[in-house]
Amino acid sequence: MAPALLLFTTFLLIPIVYAIWLSLRANRRIGGGILSKLTEVFVGLENYGRALGDPILYGALGRMLIYGLLVVPTMLGLALMFALLLDLPRVRLRTATRISIFLPYAVPGVIASLLWGFLYLPRVSPIRAAFEAANLTPPDFFTSTSVFFSVANIAVWGGTGFNMIIMYTALRSIPAELYDAARLDGCGELQIAWRIKIPLLFPAVVMTFIFSMIATLQVFNEPQTLTPLTNVISSTWMPMQKIYTDAFVLNDIYSAAATSVMFALVTLVLSLGVLTLLQRRAFGEDR
Amino acid sequence: MSAAPVVAADRNGPAAGASALPSRRRAVSSHRGATLVLVIGALYCLLPVAWVIMASTKTPGELFTTFSLWPSFTGGIQGNVQGLLAYKDGLFLRWAANTALYAGVGALLTVLISGAAGYAMAKYRFTGREFVFRVILAGVLVPQVTLAIPQYLLLAKIGLVGSYWSVLLPTMISPFSIYLARIYATAAVPDELLEAGRIDGAGEFKLFRSVAMPLMLPGLVTIFLLHFVSVWNNFLLPFIMLSDDSKFPMTVGLFSLLNQGASQPALYTLVITGSMLSILPLIALFLLLQKYWRLDLLSGGLKG
Repeated sequence: MAPALLLFTTFLLIPIVYAIWLSLRANRRIGGGILSKLTEVFVGLENYGRALGDPILYGALGRMLIYGLLVVPTMLGLALMFALLLDLPRVRLRTATRISIFLPYAVPGVIASLLWGFLYLPRVSPIRAAFEAANLTPPDFFTSTSVFFSVANIAVWGGTGFNMIIMYTALRSIPAELYDAARLDGCGELQIAWRIKIPLLFPAVVMTFIFSMIATLQVFNEPQTLTPLTNVISSTWMPMQKIYTDAFVLNDIYSAAATSVMFALVTLVLSLGVLTLLQRRAFGEDR
Repeated sequence: MSAAPVVAADRNGPAAGASALPSRRRAVSSHRGATLVLVIGALYCLLPVAWVIMASTKTPGELFTTFSLWPSFTGGIQGNVQGLLAYKDGLFLRWAANTALYAGVGALLTVLISGAAGYAMAKYRFTGREFVFRVILAGVLVPQVTLAIPQYLLLAKIGLVGSYWSVLLPTMISPFSIYLARIYATAAVPDELLEAGRIDGAGEFKLFRSVAMPLMLPGLVTIFLLHFVSVWNNFLLPFIMLSDDSKFPMTVGLFSLLNQGASQPALYTLVITGSMLSILPLIALFLLLQKYWRLDLLSGGLKG
Protein backbone atom coordinates (compact mmCIF):
# COMPACT_ATOMS: atom_id res chain seq x y z
CA MET A 1 0.00 0.00 0.00
CA ALA A 2 2.67 2.47 0.99
CA PRO A 3 4.67 2.26 -2.27
CA ALA A 4 1.46 2.50 -4.27
CA LEU A 5 0.40 5.63 -2.43
CA LEU A 6 3.85 7.09 -2.87
CA LEU A 7 3.87 6.45 -6.62
CA PHE A 8 0.30 7.57 -6.88
CA THR A 9 1.19 10.87 -5.26
CA THR A 10 4.36 11.30 -7.31
CA PHE A 11 2.98 10.47 -10.71
CA LEU A 12 -0.65 11.41 -10.44
CA LEU A 13 -1.41 13.95 -7.74
CA ILE A 14 1.73 16.07 -8.07
CA PRO A 15 1.45 16.23 -11.87
CA ILE A 16 -2.20 17.27 -11.63
CA VAL A 17 -1.41 20.00 -9.13
CA TYR A 18 1.62 21.02 -11.20
CA ALA A 19 -0.51 21.15 -14.37
CA ILE A 20 -2.98 23.46 -12.65
CA TRP A 21 -0.10 25.60 -11.35
CA LEU A 22 1.44 25.82 -14.83
CA SER A 23 -1.89 26.73 -16.36
CA LEU A 24 -1.96 29.87 -14.24
CA ARG A 25 1.45 31.09 -15.35
CA ALA A 26 3.17 32.35 -18.47
CA ASN A 27 6.50 33.60 -19.78
CA ARG A 28 6.72 37.35 -19.93
CA ARG A 29 9.36 39.73 -21.13
CA ILE A 30 10.43 41.87 -18.19
CA GLY A 31 12.25 45.13 -18.85
CA GLY A 32 12.85 46.63 -22.24
CA GLY A 33 15.31 46.64 -25.10
CA ILE A 34 18.32 44.35 -25.05
CA LEU A 35 18.19 43.98 -21.27
CA SER A 36 14.76 42.32 -21.31
CA LYS A 37 14.56 38.69 -20.27
CA LEU A 38 11.93 35.98 -20.18
CA THR A 39 10.54 35.34 -16.73
CA GLU A 40 7.79 33.04 -15.61
CA VAL A 41 5.05 35.04 -13.91
CA PHE A 42 1.63 34.43 -12.45
CA VAL A 43 -1.10 35.42 -14.90
CA GLY A 44 -4.23 34.05 -13.25
CA LEU A 45 -6.89 32.74 -15.59
CA GLU A 46 -5.47 34.47 -18.66
CA ASN A 47 -4.42 31.19 -20.32
CA TYR A 48 -7.92 29.82 -19.87
CA GLY A 49 -9.44 32.92 -21.39
CA ARG A 50 -7.09 32.71 -24.35
CA ALA A 51 -7.78 29.00 -24.85
CA LEU A 52 -11.53 29.58 -24.72
CA GLY A 53 -11.22 32.31 -27.34
CA ASP A 54 -9.07 30.20 -29.65
CA PRO A 55 -10.84 29.26 -32.89
CA ILE A 56 -8.30 26.46 -33.52
CA LEU A 57 -9.49 24.71 -30.37
CA TYR A 58 -13.13 24.99 -31.44
CA GLY A 59 -12.24 23.60 -34.84
CA ALA A 60 -10.57 20.63 -33.19
CA LEU A 61 -13.51 20.15 -30.81
CA GLY A 62 -15.95 20.19 -33.71
CA ARG A 63 -13.93 17.58 -35.58
CA MET A 64 -13.76 15.48 -32.43
CA LEU A 65 -17.54 15.65 -32.09
CA ILE A 66 -18.04 14.48 -35.70
CA TYR A 67 -15.49 11.73 -35.16
CA GLY A 68 -17.16 10.62 -31.91
CA LEU A 69 -20.62 10.58 -33.47
CA LEU A 70 -19.23 8.34 -36.21
CA VAL A 71 -17.20 6.01 -33.99
CA VAL A 72 -19.13 5.42 -30.78
CA PRO A 73 -22.56 4.38 -32.16
CA THR A 74 -21.04 2.33 -35.00
CA MET A 75 -18.54 0.54 -32.79
CA LEU A 76 -20.96 -0.23 -29.95
CA GLY A 77 -23.77 -1.12 -32.37
CA LEU A 78 -21.54 -3.58 -34.19
CA ALA A 79 -20.18 -4.97 -30.91
CA LEU A 80 -23.70 -5.51 -29.58
CA MET A 81 -24.85 -7.09 -32.82
CA PHE A 82 -21.89 -9.47 -32.98
CA ALA A 83 -22.26 -10.39 -29.31
CA LEU A 84 -25.96 -11.19 -29.75
CA LEU A 85 -25.28 -13.19 -32.92
CA LEU A 86 -22.53 -15.18 -31.19
CA ASP A 87 -24.94 -15.98 -28.39
CA LEU A 88 -27.57 -17.48 -30.71
CA PRO A 89 -27.87 -21.25 -30.52
CA ARG A 90 -26.66 -23.22 -33.56
CA VAL A 91 -24.46 -20.54 -35.06
CA ARG A 92 -21.56 -21.97 -37.02
CA LEU A 93 -17.90 -20.91 -36.83
CA ARG A 94 -18.57 -19.36 -33.43
CA THR A 95 -15.04 -19.64 -32.03
CA ALA A 96 -13.29 -18.73 -35.28
CA THR A 97 -15.36 -15.60 -35.87
CA ARG A 98 -15.18 -14.53 -32.22
CA ILE A 99 -11.40 -14.76 -32.18
CA SER A 100 -11.06 -13.02 -35.55
CA ILE A 101 -13.21 -10.10 -34.46
CA PHE A 102 -11.29 -9.81 -31.15
CA LEU A 103 -7.93 -10.01 -32.92
CA PRO A 104 -7.56 -6.28 -33.73
CA TYR A 105 -7.38 -5.62 -29.99
CA ALA A 106 -3.91 -7.20 -30.10
CA VAL A 107 -2.82 -4.63 -32.69
CA PRO A 108 -1.71 -1.30 -31.16
CA GLY A 109 -3.52 1.79 -32.44
CA VAL A 110 -0.35 3.10 -34.06
CA ILE A 111 0.25 -0.08 -36.02
CA ALA A 112 -3.45 -0.38 -36.91
CA SER A 113 -3.23 3.15 -38.30
CA LEU A 114 -0.09 2.23 -40.26
CA LEU A 115 -1.85 -0.76 -41.81
CA TRP A 116 -5.04 1.11 -42.68
CA GLY A 117 -2.97 4.07 -43.79
CA PHE A 118 -1.38 1.89 -46.46
CA LEU A 119 -4.77 0.45 -47.39
CA TYR A 120 -5.88 4.05 -47.96
CA LEU A 121 -2.71 5.30 -49.67
CA PRO A 122 -3.43 5.85 -53.39
CA ARG A 123 -0.28 4.20 -54.76
CA VAL A 124 -0.52 1.10 -52.59
CA SER A 125 -4.19 0.60 -51.74
CA PRO A 126 -5.64 -2.75 -52.87
CA ILE A 127 -9.13 -1.28 -52.36
CA ARG A 128 -8.42 1.39 -54.96
CA ALA A 129 -6.81 -1.20 -57.20
CA ALA A 130 -9.97 -3.32 -56.99
CA PHE A 131 -12.12 -0.34 -57.98
CA GLU A 132 -9.83 0.45 -60.88
CA ALA A 133 -9.93 -3.14 -62.05
CA ALA A 134 -13.72 -2.92 -62.12
CA ASN A 135 -13.51 0.34 -64.09
CA LEU A 136 -15.00 2.34 -61.23
CA THR A 137 -13.73 5.60 -59.83
CA PRO A 138 -11.63 4.61 -56.82
CA PRO A 139 -12.60 6.29 -53.55
CA ASP A 140 -10.25 8.92 -52.21
CA PHE A 141 -9.74 8.15 -48.52
CA PHE A 142 -7.91 11.38 -47.80
CA THR A 143 -10.23 14.24 -48.72
CA SER A 144 -11.15 16.67 -45.97
CA THR A 145 -14.52 14.90 -45.62
CA SER A 146 -13.64 11.26 -46.19
CA VAL A 147 -10.74 11.45 -43.77
CA PHE A 148 -13.26 11.44 -40.90
CA PHE A 149 -14.57 8.09 -42.06
CA SER A 150 -11.05 6.82 -42.67
CA VAL A 151 -9.89 7.65 -39.13
CA ALA A 152 -13.19 6.50 -37.60
CA ASN A 153 -12.89 3.20 -39.41
CA ILE A 154 -9.53 2.52 -37.73
CA ALA A 155 -11.05 3.10 -34.30
CA VAL A 156 -14.09 0.95 -35.09
CA TRP A 157 -11.83 -1.80 -36.41
CA GLY A 158 -9.67 -1.72 -33.31
CA GLY A 159 -12.40 -1.36 -30.70
CA THR A 160 -15.35 -3.47 -31.81
CA GLY A 161 -13.86 -6.80 -30.75
CA PHE A 162 -12.97 -5.71 -27.23
CA ASN A 163 -16.43 -4.29 -26.61
CA MET A 164 -18.00 -7.35 -28.18
CA ILE A 165 -16.12 -9.61 -25.76
CA ILE A 166 -17.27 -7.55 -22.77
CA MET A 167 -20.88 -7.79 -23.91
CA TYR A 168 -20.56 -11.45 -24.89
CA THR A 169 -19.09 -12.34 -21.48
CA ALA A 170 -22.00 -10.54 -19.83
CA LEU A 171 -24.44 -12.45 -22.06
CA ARG A 172 -22.91 -15.78 -21.12
CA SER A 173 -23.59 -15.10 -17.45
CA ILE A 174 -27.35 -14.81 -18.00
CA PRO A 175 -28.94 -18.08 -16.80
CA ALA A 176 -30.20 -20.19 -19.72
CA GLU A 177 -33.43 -21.02 -17.88
CA LEU A 178 -34.63 -17.51 -18.66
CA TYR A 179 -34.46 -18.26 -22.39
CA ASP A 180 -36.08 -21.68 -21.99
CA ALA A 181 -38.99 -20.07 -20.21
CA ALA A 182 -39.28 -17.41 -22.92
CA ARG A 183 -39.16 -20.00 -25.69
CA LEU A 184 -41.92 -21.99 -24.01
CA ASP A 185 -43.96 -18.80 -24.04
CA GLY A 186 -43.40 -18.64 -27.79
CA CYS A 187 -40.72 -15.96 -27.99
CA GLY A 188 -38.53 -15.94 -31.09
CA GLU A 189 -34.78 -15.29 -30.85
CA LEU A 190 -35.30 -11.69 -31.87
CA GLN A 191 -37.79 -11.14 -29.08
CA ILE A 192 -35.50 -12.86 -26.59
CA ALA A 193 -32.69 -10.56 -27.66
CA TRP A 194 -34.84 -7.46 -27.44
CA ARG A 195 -36.81 -8.23 -24.29
CA ILE A 196 -34.32 -10.19 -22.18
CA LYS A 197 -30.75 -9.94 -23.43
CA ILE A 198 -30.48 -6.23 -24.20
CA PRO A 199 -32.05 -5.05 -20.90
CA LEU A 200 -29.77 -7.39 -18.93
CA LEU A 201 -26.76 -6.19 -20.93
CA PHE A 202 -27.43 -2.61 -19.95
CA PRO A 203 -24.63 -2.27 -17.34
CA ALA A 204 -22.07 -3.66 -19.80
CA VAL A 205 -23.29 -1.30 -22.52
CA VAL A 206 -23.07 1.69 -20.17
CA MET A 207 -19.52 0.75 -19.26
CA THR A 208 -18.39 0.33 -22.85
CA PHE A 209 -20.09 3.64 -23.69
CA ILE A 210 -18.15 5.49 -21.00
CA PHE A 211 -14.86 3.87 -22.07
CA SER A 212 -15.52 4.79 -25.70
CA MET A 213 -16.41 8.34 -24.76
CA ILE A 214 -13.17 8.77 -22.81
CA ALA A 215 -11.22 7.25 -25.71
CA THR A 216 -12.87 9.69 -28.13
CA LEU A 217 -11.98 12.68 -25.98
CA GLN A 218 -8.37 11.53 -25.94
CA VAL A 219 -7.96 10.38 -29.54
CA PHE A 220 -4.38 11.05 -30.62
CA ASN A 221 -2.57 7.96 -31.90
CA GLU A 222 -4.61 7.28 -35.03
CA PRO A 223 -4.68 10.75 -36.59
CA GLN A 224 -1.09 11.44 -35.50
CA THR A 225 0.14 8.26 -37.20
CA LEU A 226 -1.62 9.18 -40.44
CA THR A 227 -0.05 12.66 -40.63
CA PRO A 228 3.01 11.50 -42.62
CA LEU A 229 0.71 9.96 -45.24
CA THR A 230 -1.62 12.87 -45.91
CA ASN A 231 -1.87 16.63 -45.70
CA VAL A 232 -5.53 16.80 -44.70
CA ILE A 233 -4.74 15.96 -41.07
CA SER A 234 -3.20 19.07 -39.58
CA SER A 235 -1.13 19.20 -36.42
CA THR A 236 -4.20 20.56 -34.62
CA TRP A 237 -6.77 18.21 -36.13
CA MET A 238 -7.91 16.78 -32.82
CA PRO A 239 -7.81 18.53 -29.41
CA MET A 240 -5.07 16.22 -28.07
CA GLN A 241 -2.93 16.98 -31.10
CA LYS A 242 -3.42 20.68 -30.50
CA ILE A 243 -2.35 20.32 -26.86
CA TYR A 244 0.67 18.30 -27.96
CA THR A 245 1.59 20.86 -30.63
CA ASP A 246 1.19 23.77 -28.20
CA ALA A 247 3.33 22.09 -25.56
CA PHE A 248 6.10 20.43 -27.51
CA VAL A 249 6.24 22.12 -30.91
CA LEU A 250 5.35 25.72 -30.03
CA ASN A 251 6.87 25.38 -26.54
CA ASP A 252 3.90 27.04 -24.90
CA ILE A 253 3.42 24.61 -22.03
CA TYR A 254 1.32 27.12 -20.13
CA SER A 255 -1.61 27.35 -22.49
CA ALA A 256 -1.27 23.62 -23.25
CA ALA A 257 -1.61 22.98 -19.51
CA ALA A 258 -4.68 25.22 -19.35
CA THR A 259 -6.35 23.41 -22.24
CA SER A 260 -5.49 20.00 -20.83
CA VAL A 261 -6.83 20.90 -17.37
CA MET A 262 -10.10 21.99 -18.96
CA PHE A 263 -10.17 18.73 -20.84
CA ALA A 264 -9.68 16.74 -17.66
CA LEU A 265 -12.58 18.61 -16.08
CA VAL A 266 -14.85 18.02 -19.07
CA THR A 267 -14.00 14.31 -19.08
CA LEU A 268 -14.65 14.04 -15.37
CA VAL A 269 -17.97 15.87 -15.49
CA LEU A 270 -19.18 14.02 -18.60
CA SER A 271 -18.26 10.54 -17.35
CA LEU A 272 -19.63 11.00 -13.86
CA GLY A 273 -22.72 12.70 -15.32
CA VAL A 274 -23.44 9.86 -17.72
CA LEU A 275 -22.78 7.29 -15.03
CA THR A 276 -25.08 8.89 -12.44
CA LEU A 277 -27.80 9.60 -14.96
CA LEU A 278 -27.84 6.11 -16.39
CA GLN A 279 -27.43 4.38 -13.08
CA ARG A 280 -30.32 6.25 -11.57
CA ARG A 281 -32.46 5.22 -14.51
CA ALA A 282 -31.24 1.66 -14.81
CA PHE A 283 -30.75 0.46 -11.29
CA GLY A 284 -33.25 2.54 -9.32
CA GLU A 285 -32.25 2.36 -5.67
CA ASP A 286 -29.32 0.08 -6.42
CA ARG A 287 -26.94 2.72 -5.25
CA MET B 1 -28.93 -6.66 -41.84
CA SER B 2 -29.17 -9.78 -39.71
CA ALA B 3 -32.67 -8.90 -38.61
CA ALA B 4 -34.06 -8.93 -42.13
CA PRO B 5 -34.57 -12.69 -42.59
CA VAL B 6 -36.16 -12.96 -39.16
CA VAL B 7 -38.67 -10.24 -39.89
CA ALA B 8 -39.50 -11.76 -43.26
CA ALA B 9 -39.98 -15.18 -41.72
CA ASP B 10 -42.19 -13.66 -39.05
CA ARG B 11 -44.49 -12.28 -41.66
CA ASN B 12 -44.80 -15.66 -43.35
CA GLY B 13 -45.10 -17.47 -40.05
CA PRO B 14 -48.84 -17.31 -39.34
CA ALA B 15 -49.75 -18.01 -42.98
CA ALA B 16 -47.86 -21.28 -42.88
CA GLY B 17 -50.34 -22.60 -40.31
CA ALA B 18 -48.80 -25.17 -37.94
CA SER B 19 -46.59 -23.40 -35.43
CA ALA B 20 -43.73 -25.87 -34.91
CA LEU B 21 -42.52 -26.14 -38.49
CA PRO B 22 -42.27 -22.45 -39.41
CA SER B 23 -40.57 -21.62 -36.16
CA ARG B 24 -37.90 -24.20 -36.88
CA ARG B 25 -37.44 -23.00 -40.40
CA ARG B 26 -37.25 -19.48 -39.08
CA ALA B 27 -34.54 -20.46 -36.60
CA VAL B 28 -32.44 -22.19 -39.23
CA SER B 29 -32.64 -19.39 -41.76
CA SER B 30 -31.90 -16.67 -39.23
CA HIS B 31 -28.86 -18.54 -37.96
CA ARG B 32 -27.49 -18.97 -41.42
CA GLY B 33 -27.84 -15.21 -41.76
CA ALA B 34 -26.18 -14.76 -38.37
CA THR B 35 -23.22 -16.90 -39.40
CA LEU B 36 -22.89 -14.92 -42.61
CA VAL B 37 -22.84 -11.59 -40.75
CA LEU B 38 -20.25 -12.92 -38.32
CA VAL B 39 -18.07 -14.17 -41.17
CA ILE B 40 -18.24 -10.77 -42.89
CA GLY B 41 -17.24 -9.15 -39.60
CA ALA B 42 -14.37 -11.58 -39.21
CA LEU B 43 -13.13 -10.93 -42.75
CA TYR B 44 -13.23 -7.17 -42.17
CA CYS B 45 -11.16 -7.64 -39.01
CA LEU B 46 -8.66 -9.91 -40.73
CA LEU B 47 -8.25 -7.76 -43.87
CA PRO B 48 -5.44 -5.47 -42.66
CA VAL B 49 -3.60 -8.38 -41.06
CA ALA B 50 -3.86 -10.44 -44.23
CA TRP B 51 -2.77 -7.43 -46.27
CA VAL B 52 0.35 -6.76 -44.19
CA ILE B 53 1.43 -10.39 -44.56
CA MET B 54 0.94 -10.22 -48.33
CA ALA B 55 2.56 -6.82 -48.68
CA SER B 56 5.63 -7.86 -46.72
CA THR B 57 6.45 -10.39 -49.44
CA LYS B 58 6.97 -7.62 -51.95
CA THR B 59 10.13 -5.83 -52.96
CA PRO B 60 9.95 -2.03 -52.80
CA GLY B 61 9.35 -1.88 -56.55
CA GLU B 62 6.55 -4.44 -56.53
CA LEU B 63 4.75 -2.67 -53.67
CA PHE B 64 3.78 0.19 -55.95
CA THR B 65 3.23 -1.79 -59.13
CA THR B 66 1.47 -5.06 -58.23
CA PHE B 67 -1.90 -5.72 -56.58
CA SER B 68 -0.94 -5.61 -52.94
CA LEU B 69 -3.47 -8.12 -51.60
CA TRP B 70 -1.74 -10.96 -53.42
CA PRO B 71 1.67 -12.31 -52.34
CA SER B 72 4.77 -12.12 -54.51
CA PHE B 73 7.13 -15.06 -54.70
CA THR B 74 10.19 -13.22 -55.93
CA GLY B 75 12.00 -13.42 -52.63
CA GLY B 76 11.00 -9.96 -51.50
CA ILE B 77 10.30 -11.20 -47.99
CA GLN B 78 13.88 -12.30 -47.31
CA GLY B 79 15.17 -9.01 -48.64
CA ASN B 80 12.72 -7.07 -46.50
CA VAL B 81 13.49 -8.95 -43.29
CA GLN B 82 17.24 -8.66 -43.92
CA GLY B 83 16.87 -4.99 -44.72
CA LEU B 84 14.86 -4.44 -41.57
CA LEU B 85 17.28 -6.30 -39.32
CA ALA B 86 20.21 -4.47 -40.88
CA TYR B 87 18.53 -1.06 -40.57
CA LYS B 88 20.82 1.07 -38.38
CA ASP B 89 22.59 -2.00 -36.92
CA GLY B 90 19.56 -3.94 -35.76
CA LEU B 91 17.61 -1.03 -34.38
CA PHE B 92 14.39 -2.97 -34.99
CA LEU B 93 15.42 -5.67 -32.51
CA ARG B 94 16.23 -2.96 -29.99
CA TRP B 95 12.69 -1.64 -30.38
CA ALA B 96 11.28 -5.12 -29.86
CA ALA B 97 13.38 -5.62 -26.72
CA ASN B 98 12.42 -2.17 -25.42
CA THR B 99 8.73 -2.90 -25.97
CA ALA B 100 9.08 -6.17 -24.06
CA LEU B 101 10.82 -4.26 -21.25
CA TYR B 102 8.28 -1.42 -21.05
CA ALA B 103 5.22 -3.64 -21.39
CA GLY B 104 6.44 -6.80 -19.64
CA VAL B 105 8.39 -5.41 -16.69
CA GLY B 106 6.06 -2.42 -16.48
CA ALA B 107 2.97 -4.59 -16.30
CA LEU B 108 4.55 -6.94 -13.76
CA LEU B 109 5.45 -4.10 -11.40
CA THR B 110 2.04 -2.54 -11.93
CA VAL B 111 0.31 -5.77 -11.00
CA LEU B 112 2.31 -6.06 -7.77
CA ILE B 113 1.65 -2.46 -6.79
CA SER B 114 -2.01 -2.48 -7.81
CA GLY B 115 -2.58 -5.87 -6.23
CA ALA B 116 -1.21 -4.67 -2.90
CA ALA B 117 -3.07 -1.37 -3.06
CA GLY B 118 -6.34 -2.96 -4.12
CA TYR B 119 -6.03 -5.60 -1.41
CA ALA B 120 -5.28 -3.01 1.25
CA MET B 121 -8.26 -0.93 0.17
CA ALA B 122 -10.56 -3.91 0.14
CA LYS B 123 -9.51 -5.50 3.42
CA TYR B 124 -8.29 -2.79 5.78
CA ARG B 125 -10.36 -0.08 7.30
CA PHE B 126 -8.45 3.16 7.66
CA THR B 127 -9.50 6.77 7.80
CA GLY B 128 -9.87 8.32 4.39
CA ARG B 129 -10.15 4.97 2.65
CA GLU B 130 -13.24 5.91 0.68
CA PHE B 131 -11.72 9.27 -0.13
CA VAL B 132 -8.54 7.67 -1.50
CA PHE B 133 -10.62 5.25 -3.53
CA ARG B 134 -12.68 8.08 -5.00
CA VAL B 135 -9.54 9.99 -5.92
CA ILE B 136 -8.25 6.88 -7.67
CA LEU B 137 -11.52 6.50 -9.55
CA ALA B 138 -11.24 10.10 -10.67
CA GLY B 139 -7.66 9.32 -11.71
CA VAL B 140 -9.01 6.81 -14.23
CA LEU B 141 -10.71 9.69 -15.98
CA VAL B 142 -7.83 12.17 -16.17
CA PRO B 143 -6.66 12.38 -19.79
CA GLN B 144 -3.18 11.10 -20.37
CA VAL B 145 -1.93 14.31 -21.90
CA THR B 146 -2.96 16.31 -18.81
CA LEU B 147 -0.53 14.15 -16.85
CA ALA B 148 2.09 13.79 -19.53
CA ILE B 149 3.02 17.49 -19.74
CA PRO B 150 3.77 17.96 -16.02
CA GLN B 151 5.32 14.48 -15.82
CA TYR B 152 7.67 15.48 -18.61
CA LEU B 153 8.64 18.71 -16.89
CA LEU B 154 9.08 17.05 -13.50
CA LEU B 155 11.18 14.21 -14.86
CA ALA B 156 13.20 16.75 -16.82
CA LYS B 157 14.00 18.51 -13.54
CA ILE B 158 15.51 15.36 -12.05
CA GLY B 159 17.23 14.53 -15.33
CA LEU B 160 15.30 11.37 -16.13
CA VAL B 161 13.72 12.48 -19.41
CA GLY B 162 14.96 10.30 -22.23
CA SER B 163 15.79 7.37 -19.96
CA TYR B 164 13.97 4.05 -19.65
CA TRP B 165 12.63 5.24 -16.31
CA SER B 166 10.79 8.14 -17.91
CA VAL B 167 8.47 5.63 -19.59
CA LEU B 168 8.46 2.95 -16.89
CA LEU B 169 7.73 5.07 -13.83
CA PRO B 170 4.64 6.97 -15.05
CA THR B 171 3.05 3.80 -16.44
CA MET B 172 3.59 1.90 -13.21
CA ILE B 173 0.83 3.69 -11.43
CA SER B 174 -2.43 2.72 -13.03
CA PRO B 175 -5.62 3.85 -11.28
CA PHE B 176 -7.66 1.47 -13.37
CA SER B 177 -5.60 -1.54 -12.25
CA ILE B 178 -5.94 -0.54 -8.60
CA TYR B 179 -9.66 -0.17 -9.06
CA LEU B 180 -9.96 -3.62 -10.63
CA ALA B 181 -7.72 -5.16 -7.97
CA ARG B 182 -9.89 -3.76 -5.22
CA ILE B 183 -13.05 -5.16 -6.77
CA TYR B 184 -11.43 -8.52 -7.24
CA ALA B 185 -9.91 -8.65 -3.76
CA THR B 186 -13.28 -7.83 -2.20
CA ALA B 187 -14.88 -10.73 -4.03
CA ALA B 188 -12.11 -13.33 -3.93
CA VAL B 189 -10.51 -13.07 -0.50
CA PRO B 190 -12.84 -14.06 2.38
CA ASP B 191 -12.38 -12.11 5.62
CA GLU B 192 -12.70 -15.32 7.68
CA LEU B 193 -9.60 -16.76 6.06
CA LEU B 194 -7.57 -13.67 6.98
CA GLU B 195 -8.94 -13.81 10.55
CA ALA B 196 -7.97 -17.47 10.81
CA GLY B 197 -4.49 -16.63 9.57
CA ARG B 198 -4.14 -13.86 12.13
CA ILE B 199 -5.16 -16.19 14.96
CA ASP B 200 -2.48 -18.61 13.76
CA GLY B 201 -0.02 -15.77 14.17
CA ALA B 202 0.71 -14.93 10.55
CA GLY B 203 2.02 -11.41 9.92
CA GLU B 204 0.13 -9.05 7.64
CA PHE B 205 2.73 -9.26 4.89
CA LYS B 206 2.74 -13.03 5.02
CA LEU B 207 -1.06 -13.03 4.89
CA PHE B 208 -0.97 -10.94 1.75
CA ARG B 209 1.72 -13.03 0.11
CA SER B 210 0.55 -16.52 0.94
CA VAL B 211 -3.20 -16.16 1.42
CA ALA B 212 -4.46 -13.21 -0.60
CA MET B 213 -2.12 -13.34 -3.62
CA PRO B 214 -2.94 -16.92 -4.66
CA LEU B 215 -6.67 -16.25 -4.32
CA MET B 216 -6.38 -13.09 -6.39
CA LEU B 217 -4.25 -14.71 -9.08
CA PRO B 218 -6.90 -15.03 -11.85
CA GLY B 219 -7.82 -11.37 -11.42
CA LEU B 220 -4.17 -10.35 -11.33
CA VAL B 221 -3.52 -12.17 -14.60
CA THR B 222 -6.31 -10.21 -16.26
CA ILE B 223 -4.93 -6.96 -14.85
CA PHE B 224 -1.49 -7.92 -16.15
CA LEU B 225 -2.82 -8.58 -19.65
CA LEU B 226 -4.92 -5.42 -19.76
CA HIS B 227 -2.00 -3.34 -18.59
CA PHE B 228 0.44 -5.07 -20.90
CA VAL B 229 -1.76 -4.15 -23.86
CA SER B 230 -2.23 -0.59 -22.67
CA VAL B 231 1.54 -0.03 -22.33
CA TRP B 232 2.23 -1.70 -25.66
CA ASN B 233 -0.46 0.55 -27.15
CA ASN B 234 0.89 3.64 -25.46
CA PHE B 235 2.32 6.06 -27.96
CA LEU B 236 1.96 9.52 -26.47
CA LEU B 237 4.12 8.99 -23.38
CA PRO B 238 7.24 7.51 -25.05
CA PHE B 239 6.71 9.89 -27.99
CA ILE B 240 7.01 12.83 -25.58
CA MET B 241 9.66 11.42 -23.25
CA LEU B 242 12.17 9.82 -25.60
CA SER B 243 14.33 11.35 -28.28
CA ASP B 244 17.06 8.70 -28.61
CA ASP B 245 15.81 6.15 -31.14
CA SER B 246 17.66 3.29 -29.43
CA LYS B 247 15.24 3.60 -26.50
CA PHE B 248 12.05 3.74 -28.57
CA PRO B 249 9.36 1.12 -28.16
CA MET B 250 7.99 -0.48 -31.32
CA THR B 251 5.13 1.99 -31.82
CA VAL B 252 7.29 5.12 -31.74
CA GLY B 253 10.00 3.38 -33.76
CA LEU B 254 7.71 2.39 -36.60
CA PHE B 255 6.12 5.83 -36.58
CA SER B 256 9.53 7.48 -36.93
CA LEU B 257 10.31 5.11 -39.79
CA LEU B 258 7.03 6.01 -41.51
CA ASN B 259 7.81 9.66 -41.02
CA GLN B 260 11.07 9.27 -42.91
CA GLY B 261 9.25 7.15 -45.48
CA ALA B 262 7.27 10.20 -46.52
CA SER B 263 10.41 11.39 -48.30
CA GLN B 264 11.94 7.97 -49.08
CA PRO B 265 9.17 5.57 -50.14
CA ALA B 266 11.71 2.72 -50.16
CA LEU B 267 11.38 2.73 -46.38
CA TYR B 268 7.69 1.81 -46.69
CA THR B 269 8.52 -1.85 -47.17
CA LEU B 270 10.53 -1.73 -43.96
CA VAL B 271 7.55 -0.20 -42.12
CA ILE B 272 5.26 -2.88 -43.51
CA THR B 273 7.62 -5.74 -42.68
CA GLY B 274 8.22 -4.28 -39.23
CA SER B 275 4.49 -4.00 -38.57
CA MET B 276 4.01 -7.58 -39.66
CA LEU B 277 6.84 -8.92 -37.50
CA SER B 278 5.68 -6.96 -34.46
CA ILE B 279 2.02 -7.94 -34.49
CA LEU B 280 2.41 -11.64 -35.24
CA PRO B 281 3.99 -12.56 -31.87
CA LEU B 282 1.38 -10.52 -30.04
CA ILE B 283 -1.46 -12.18 -31.91
CA ALA B 284 0.07 -15.57 -31.10
CA LEU B 285 0.35 -14.58 -27.44
CA PHE B 286 -3.30 -13.56 -27.44
CA LEU B 287 -4.51 -16.80 -28.90
CA LEU B 288 -2.42 -18.70 -26.38
CA LEU B 289 -3.63 -16.74 -23.37
CA GLN B 290 -7.25 -16.61 -24.48
CA LYS B 291 -8.65 -18.57 -21.58
CA TYR B 292 -7.00 -16.28 -19.05
CA TRP B 293 -8.99 -13.31 -20.21
CA ARG B 294 -11.47 -12.71 -17.40
CA LEU B 295 -13.31 -9.75 -18.83
CA ASP B 296 -16.34 -10.44 -16.65
CA LEU B 297 -14.15 -8.72 -14.07
CA LEU B 298 -14.67 -5.54 -16.07
CA SER B 299 -18.42 -5.73 -16.39
CA GLY B 300 -18.76 -6.85 -12.79
CA GLY B 301 -16.95 -3.68 -11.80
CA LEU B 302 -19.79 -1.35 -12.54
CA LYS B 303 -22.05 -2.91 -9.96
CA GLY B 304 -19.32 -3.27 -7.34
